[in-house]
Amino acid sequence: MIINHPLLGPRDSQEFIYLGDAALIHRPDGMAEGALERFVDYTYLRDNPAGSHRELWYHEQGDRSWLVVTRDTTTHEITAVEMARDVARAEGRSK
Amino acid sequence: MANALKPLTPLGHDAPQSDTIGAITITENPNTALASLAARLGREAEVASLAAAAGIPLPGPGQSEAAATYGAIWLGPQQWMVEAAFATHEDISAILKPIFGEAASITEQTDAWVRFDVTSTTLPALFERLCSFDLHKAGAGAATRTVIDHLGCYVIRRTDTRVTILGPRSSAHSLHHALTTAAKALS
Repeated sequence: MIINHPLLGPRDSQEFIYLGDAALIHRPDGMAEGALERFVDYTYLRDNPAGSHRELWYHEQGDRSWLVVTRDTTTHEITAVEMARDVARAEGRSK
Repeated sequence: MANALKPLTPLGHDAPQSDTIGAITITENPNTALASLAARLGREAEVASLAAAAGIPLPGPGQSEAAATYGAIWLGPQQWMVEAAFATHEDISAILKPIFGEAASITEQTDAWVRFDVTSTTLPALFERLCSFDLHKAGAGAATRTVIDHLGCYVIRRTDTRVTILGPRSSAHSLHHALTTAAKALS
């Protein structure tokens, strides 16, 4: 599988480490009301779609950037690769 | 009793080792001082202008660049490895810190790495046996981090016939073994 890194171009997936669902970007606020329930959800519950899935990959043997890869879980077709930093900022997670 | 400390090269000898295997020469090079440079958040433009004033090139993704005194390799977004001659810049981080002040984080890297310079007219054939960095496509100035024999290494293409490899110093012998083995397969 080849991941088309937004900065470095096509790179072999062996250089990457898979973390999981890109929803992990949205860590709940531990001090908020109902935090326990939201942390149980965040820690243990995952969607398991057959089809398009947004997931976090880490370029461990490369430039060590985190990526959000949109991959079809049934065909492994990759339709989008973004820098996780840009995604998090666009979704209001980071300053 | 005076017991003068004697520096050893990464391969453990008094003088750098050089091996010529067929048309490939692999030379250990301890004559470069290294420091990593990372721009702090929100101060990227400041770092760019300070670097330009000090003659430190800051190449784009996947690139390396050499200037008169300093060279640099892109490591990641807003991160570079700065190189300079060891003879004049042994304390490279102490030299760089006043240039950038609080705008960038600088870490001494010199003794963390072993540097091998590989010269050959058949570099792509050698490196397709070593790593997934395609030198058929990557011309002079290309630089990347990749895996050679399970070791995370920087591969920097200086010219069409010369490549520099920066590998973990504590694994210098393993990396040297990988390079010489691949070279022997070609000769």
